[in-house]
Amino acid sequence: MPVPRTHSALQLLRQAIGGHRGWPQFWRSPEPKPAYDVVIIGGGGHGLATAYYLASKHGIRNVALLEKGWIGGGNTGRNTTIVRSNYFYPQSTDLYDHSLRLYEGLSHELNINLMLSQMGILTLANSRHDVEMLQRWSNAIQVQGIACEWLEPEQVQAEVPALDVFGMRYPVKGAFMQRRGGTARHDAVAWGYARGASQLGVDIIQNCEVSGFEISDNRVRAVHTNRGTIRTDKVGIAVAGHSTVLATLAGFKLPLSSMTLQAYVSEPVKPALDRVINSPMVHAYISQSDRGEMVMGAGADAYFSYGQRGNLPPLEDGVRSILEMFPRFSRLKMMRQWGGVVDISPDTSPIIGKTPVTGMYINCGWGTGGFKAIPAGGDLLAATIAHDKPHPLAEPFCLDRFRTGRLVDEGAAAGVSH
Amino acid sequence: MLQIDCPWCGRRDEDEFTCGGQSHIERPALGCSDEQWGDYLFARINPKGLSLERWRHTYGCRQWFNMARDTVSHRILAIYGMTDPVPVLPEARA
Repeated sequence: MPVPRTHSALQLLRQAIGGHRGWPQFWRSPEPKPAYDVVIIGGGGHGLATAYYLASKHGIRNVALLEKGWIGGGNTGRNTTIVRSNYFYPQSTDLYDHSLRLYEGLSHELNINLMLSQMGILTLANSRHDVEMLQRWSNAIQVQGIACEWLEPEQVQAEVPALDVFGMRYPVKGAFMQRRGGTARHDAVAWGYARGASQLGVDIIQNCEVSGFEISDNRVRAVHTNRGTIRTDKVGIAVAGHSTVLATLAGFKLPLSSMTLQAYVSEPVKPALDRVINSPMVHAYISQSDRGEMVMGAGADAYFSYGQRGNLPPLEDGVRSILEMFPRFSRLKMMRQWGGVVDISPDTSPIIGKTPVTGMYINCGWGTGGFKAIPAGGDLLAATIAHDKPHPLAEPFCLDRFRTGRLVDEGAAAGVSH
Repeated sequence: MLQIDCPWCGRRDEDEFTCGGQSHIERPALGCSDEQWGDYLFARINPKGLSLERWRHTYGCRQWFNMARDTVSHRILAIYGMTDPVPVLPEARA
């Protein structure tokens, strides 16, 4: 089902003549109906993508999407916008490359410029041991059909002139590069999916917080919200850091820990960095946005938090790590800093699929790497809801793996936050 | 920045400490089911609000202790010994 084209060059010309007063709203804001076929909880990228794919791929259009705040205001608006598919295990590469491939066609599909910039992502080795681990990692990915290449230090310097390749305390010994990696505009992802879903009939209901579920015979019957009770027999949950809160309301357990992940940007400057740089050793990553800001991030904060704000010590650590790689950025002023509540799973792999409650499905556990996975997370959750059985790509990421022990331990394999 | 009252060293900055996760987890009997064992290893309360946690003064005395803390405000509500019962917390939002 194609999305109607309400935005085009002709429309732009027409609206310019009319003083830009007649633009249609991107998505409708209806009152909630008493009942829906499917209710999606969470108006971030994953929830919006789920609603969109339910309508566009599976023809399920009597769908409500409930968001307690405003859409894209959680982690979708609080990340470093990096997209890549350089994971280690085949299950993960299949999943994340599915996502990256969807991203590659998404601007066209949603008729919105996602500013997908596949500038390439470099993962740096700073020791002989890093070299061995990263070559193993990069070889594993290539065997799985994901193009990436090994760069010697001189080649790294040629790719990234601003990087202090030879002057660091632990000089760069090499790097592997995935050229299809890069960044995308996070707000456009949320707005594009929201508009697409809304045009296909999905009701996007903001400022609507879920307070409980009606469950009988272990089957979900209704969702209680601050805007009334909505009857449904299928619920999809995509609420990242608040997954445990909703699971507790529904009466099942999750293996998640909610932590803060911070990101920060400098004042905008002229183009100085046209690759995404990630260093597992100092554990920090940086790219330059199209507006010129240096966008930086590091590891999650050190203790559990639902605070949506960062603590100072990890921020100082992150900035120190960036300056170790790029001493020339030391006089940049920091402009903004923010934090999101991320849901870290024990194997740092996501959970997508059924829950112990019949008719209730979940997409969570993306931890510090949910943005890159938005199209896949939505696609797989939608397929799982529509067919009431896990999508083949989602099967390894079922909740049951924490009972059977079939973990997808990316945390141990790749050794860096995702 | 939290300032944490180490029971042995007194008040220090948070970056001297390591959070060791949820406290008071009891290991089930060895004959338990896979589900109970999975829950023991992986399921966590992950509360929004009052959280009972193990902490270690890693860059100090290296001793473990328990902390009751609010995960929204980050306010520390109590600090108590590893084997002590959970203290009465009048201000906790349970």
